[in-house]
Amino acid sequence: MVEYRIDRHSGVATYVQIVQQTKQALRLGVLRPGDKLPTAREVVEATAINPNTVLKAYRELEREGLVEARRGLGTFVRRGLSTAPADSPLRTELDAWAVRARDTGLDREDVAALFTAVLEEHFAPPGGPPGTSPAAPAPRPPAHAEPAHPQGDPS
Amino acid sequence: MTDLAMAATALGKRFGRRRGWALRDCAFRLPAGRVCAVVGPNGAGKSTLLSLAAGLLAPTEGTITVLGTDPASARARVGYVAQDKPLHPQLTIAETLRMGAHLNPGRWEATAAERIVAAGELDPRRRIRALSGGQRTRVALALALAKRPELLLLDEPMADLDPLARHELMGALMSQAAQHGTTIVMSSHVVAELEDSCDHLLLVGRGRIRLAGEIDDLLAAHTRVSTTTQAAERAGAAEAVAELPDLRAHTVVESRVTGRQLTALIRPAGRLADDWRTSAPSLEELILAYLRNPEAASLTPAAPEEALA
Repeated sequence: MVEYRIDRHSGVATYVQIVQQTKQALRLGVLRPGDKLPTAREVVEATAINPNTVLKAYRELEREGLVEARRGLGTFVRRGLSTAPADSPLRTELDAWAVRARDTGLDREDVAALFTAVLEEHFAPPGGPPGTSPAAPAPRPPAHAEPAHPQGDPS
Repeated sequence: MTDLAMAATALGKRFGRRRGWALRDCAFRLPAGRVCAVVGPNGAGKSTLLSLAAGLLAPTEGTITVLGTDPASARARVGYVAQDKPLHPQLTIAETLRMGAHLNPGRWEATAAERIVAAGELDPRRRIRALSGGQRTRVALALALAKRPELLLLDEPMADLDPLARHELMGALMSQAAQHGTTIVMSSHVVAELEDSCDHLLLVGRGRIRLAGEIDDLLAAHTRVSTTTQAAERAGAAEAVAELPDLRAHTVVESRVTGRQLTALIRPAGRLADDWRTSAPSLEELILAYLRNPEAASLTPAAPEEALA
C-alpha cells in the first residue's frame, strides 16, 4: 500500500503528485501488479485533499494502462514500472559510476546536474501533456515540470 | 450529472433600508457532489449567502434553490454550522449528541459523531460552556456530520482550530464527501486554507459574486501576461493599459506597468500577441486580482464570457 505525501508548496498540481508518487512506487516495486491502491476515501481522510483530485489522478493512471478500476472493489495495479529493479545490472553500473564520481571529487549537486544533463540529452523533457513526463528521478532536479492546467478534464 | 446542490438567480438581501445591500444580483449554480469554497474579505456577504442557503434568512429579491427545492423544505437534508457555533452551553457533549439524534430521526449516525469527539480526546461528560472555541467547533462539526446531510454549509469552520485539528477535521469532511457524495460549501477569508480541499469556488466581494465555477476552469480561463516592449512605455499610465491594441481584445482583470515591464492578468479571448510571455496564475493570485479590482468584469454563469464588441 502506498501513502501519498502532498507538498502544497511544490508548485506541482496535487493530482500530478499522486500520479508521480504512484509511478515511483511502481518503479521501486513498492507497488506490484495485483496490488490495490488506497481508496479515495482513505487518501482524503489522511491528506485532507479533495476526493475528485484523487479520482482524477487514478483516471490518469488508468488512461496510461497502469491501473484498472474494478467496480465496487477498488483500483488495482495492472502492470509495474520496475524496468530497473534494485538488483538489475543497470542499477549496479549506475552505482559504480556514482562511486567513481564521488572519488573524483564531485559533490552531490555536481552529480545531480551531470545526471540531469545526460538525462535531458536522451529523454524527452518533462512538462508535456500530463502523464507523459517521467517521475522525478532520485536526485531531484529543480521542479521545472510545470504541469499545465489540464484542458480537457472530463470531471 | 446535472443535479444541482444550490442555485441562485438575481439573489439579493438587504438588512433594513439604511444599511444597503449585503448581497445583490447573485447568480450561480453549484452541481451536487462538489466541495465549494466561499471566499471573500470580511463583510463581503459570505455569511449572508450561507444563511440564505440554510433558510435562516429570506431573500429580499431573487431566488435560491437548495437540493432542488426551497431552503426551508430542504432543511432535513442540509447541515449548517454557523460562524459562532451555537450550542447549548449547559448541556454536556453526550447530551448534545443525544439531542442531535432526537432532532434528526432516521438520519442520525451516532458512531460518526462519537468518532469525531473521541479524536479530539474530549470527555463526553464535559459541558459545552467549559470547552474552548476549537473544541466547540469539533462538537458542532460532529453534530453536522452525524446528520449525514446531502448538503453541508459551514461558515468559517476552520477559524478556531489548531493546525492538527484542522487537518484531521478537514480529512473527516473530505472522507464524508468521498463516501456519501456530500456537497460541502465552506467559507473562509483564507484561501490557502481551502485550496487543496475544494474543487469549486464562489468568490464574493462587496455583496457580489465575482467568480463562480470549477476552480480548474476558472484558472484555465485566465492567463498572466507580461511584455517588456515599447507597448508598456506607450501605455504609461495603468489606466491606458486596457486600451492597448494587443490587450483590447481580451478582458483585463488587473494590469501594472513597472518601468518597461507591463504585466497583466487577463481572460484571453482569442490569440495572444506573439511577443508576450505567459504563465498560469495561482488561485490566490486570481482571487486577489479580482478583489483588488472591483471594476473588473465578474466571471459567473450569469455573465458568460461575452464576446467583446
